[in-house]
Amino acid sequence: MKKKINTKSTVGFFAFVAILIFCAYVLFHGISVGVYDIGNIKENMHYGLDLTGGVNVVLQAKPTKGKKLTDSKMEGTVSALKNRVDSLGVSEATVIRQGSNRIRVQIPSIQNQQEALDLIGRTAQLKFVGPDNKTILTGVHVTDSKAVTQKTSSGVEQPVVTLKFDSQGKKAFAEATQKYIGQQITIKLDDEVISSPTVNQAITDGEAVIEGSSDMDEAGNLASLIRGGALPVKLTTVQASTVGPTLGANSLDQSIFAGAIGVAAVLVFMLVFYRGLGIIADLALLVFVMLDLVVMSLMNVTLTLPGIAGMILTIGMAVDANVIIFERIKEESRNMGQSLASSVNAGFKNAMRSIIDSNVTTLIAGFVLFFMGTGSAQGFALTLIVGIILSMFTAVLVTRQLVKLFLNTNLIQNPKFYGI
Amino acid sequence: MNFEKKLPIIEKTKIWLSISLILIAVAVGSILIRGLNYGIDFVGGTIITIDLHQTFDTKDIKSITDAYDKSADITYSGNQKHEVVISTKESLSNSQQKKLFASFKKKYNLKNKDLVSVDNITASVGAETTRNTIIASIVAVVLMLVYVTIRFEFYFGLSAVLALVHDIVIVIGVYALFQIQVNSPFIAAILTILGYSINDTIVVFDRIRENEGLIGMSNEQELTHLVDVSVTQTMRRSINTVATTLVAIIALYIFAVDAIRDFALPLIVGIACGCYSSIFVASPLWVIFQKKSSKSKFNAKIQRNSRRGQRNRRKAEKIEV
Repeated sequence: MKKKINTKSTVGFFAFVAILIFCAYVLFHGISVGVYDIGNIKENMHYGLDLTGGVNVVLQAKPTKGKKLTDSKMEGTVSALKNRVDSLGVSEATVIRQGSNRIRVQIPSIQNQQEALDLIGRTAQLKFVGPDNKTILTGVHVTDSKAVTQKTSSGVEQPVVTLKFDSQGKKAFAEATQKYIGQQITIKLDDEVISSPTVNQAITDGEAVIEGSSDMDEAGNLASLIRGGALPVKLTTVQASTVGPTLGANSLDQSIFAGAIGVAAVLVFMLVFYRGLGIIADLALLVFVMLDLVVMSLMNVTLTLPGIAGMILTIGMAVDANVIIFERIKEESRNMGQSLASSVNAGFKNAMRSIIDSNVTTLIAGFVLFFMGTGSAQGFALTLIVGIILSMFTAVLVTRQLVKLFLNTNLIQNPKFYGI
Repeated sequence: MNFEKKLPIIEKTKIWLSISLILIAVAVGSILIRGLNYGIDFVGGTIITIDLHQTFDTKDIKSITDAYDKSADITYSGNQKHEVVISTKESLSNSQQKKLFASFKKKYNLKNKDLVSVDNITASVGAETTRNTIIASIVAVVLMLVYVTIRFEFYFGLSAVLALVHDIVIVIGVYALFQIQVNSPFIAAILTILGYSINDTIVVFDRIRENEGLIGMSNEQELTHLVDVSVTQTMRRSINTVATTLVAIIALYIFAVDAIRDFALPLIVGIACGCYSSIFVASPLWVIFQKKSSKSKFNAKIQRNSRRGQRNRRKAEKIEV
């Protein structure tokens, strides 16, 4: 018996499809409405260093002789490193503490990577030492430092680093320069002599310059090292990786391409196997992909290569829930001889328990990886967790509503269309 | 439900388990004979990739790198094989890396941006990664066992975990056989397989749990029938699901970059394996446990029945007397 087409449901179904297409357009293309400019999702995503290029260093702190490594020292080191990285003039660099004695520094999109590595690892203990080997003052008393060019007595322009001392430093420096007139004061950075000027007169204004930089870049780096302050602990590099920007960009484009092919293949597969129901599953899958991207972007998840792999994997798993449901619907209708609508209901109901149990076990693996893994494994776990939770929502709730809506339209009533 | 149509899975348990044992033997053999090709994430070292903009002779590269590490591995990458990948077992310090690149810069007339990537990990971090991976896997397996025991029963959990170990051993065997580098994606791959394979098994077990009320398992024939029917009913789902996931991962394998490709191959093997083990290993194992263990649900039922039978017989005897 043929039922009349239900206009309300038909309009609803096609309205859903239209909205979906609109959202997809906004997401992948971006739009501008008046003053609002919504960029596409590719621009709004945070990418890991393997996709953008950059520097990733893990430093391990060693306590100095006779002194213990304390929490406050580690925090001090982290903030000093932050200052230092900021002085490189890069955006979105992160400095985070890992465990009790490690610090991870990540600097995306930086050109001169080797220099950056050099700069990060230095302890940068600045010392002014008198001829009698007594320390006059240290970097602690420096309030500001800049790289400028200065004319030497012979009129040649040369890069120098200026120093400004705090009141205590000013006093100590004045006393020392008074005492050592005609003698040499040594300026040391991490026990390496960088300059040994001869004192011509007492310096009482609390300012000094360091000569001997070979170019402006070197002077700039030295100034920013001094500005950033000395690190309270000695650091050794235990892990460092740099990725050039070209490699990063290639990986991203190639992964997006592979992902698109993967999604397309899954869509075709579902269509061939489940026909009418496959269309619904495909729509739900598109909702999933878009939702997944939006949630990842809103949660500020940093997308890395393994993360992209995790996302593509969850697409496969999102479809799994639909396969379980559809197979169950087929079985119900074959064996019970029920009507289409009641087979669909029974199929969803009976498939729920196995979907939940199987997804929870996978989630357990995801959470263990997230809490116990490090670096890229963690990124992978996060995409897996977000993906599984979202896929349960789209594959079960969204698919169910869509199937009901589509059946209500009475557009196509032949069970064969639904693969049943 | 159709309880007539079924495949003889349990009857042929010996065949399935033999296939699995052969695969495991090959895997363990490969691991023992060829060993695993640990990457720098695990053993420490430095990998430097430099774009030379031309094909190169390994000898020329060696002449530069020998000064830093005589045992350094020289390989190429990139579509035109213009990139040289230098892997040292000892991790090079920052200044050594700088000097090394400077030599290349001079010899091949390169710019700073031609230094494609540098990875440097000290051995102690590598050892830590190895330990963390093993701990993470064990924790994941134990937690999953607990979950399955709570939601189902202990022997379902035990069979699922054994099927899992089966999959993992085979995947590690693939790593050994093809000498795929074991780096941090390895951890991600193993844990994905952990989650995915158990997912497959749970769907089958869920059906056994559901059918148990309808078919029962009060004797061996019923037990065999129950499992055969349940596996048959979920067979299409198992195959279709694995096919869709495989389609996505194979696309990844073909089109993605090397780093992902190394991750995709073990996943393909692991997921195919997980599908096989959920059908042909986990369920037969569960039947074996049910029959052999005195504490199993099946044997508890049999004992209850036989006690009831004895009581009934005694009653009958009394009446006769």
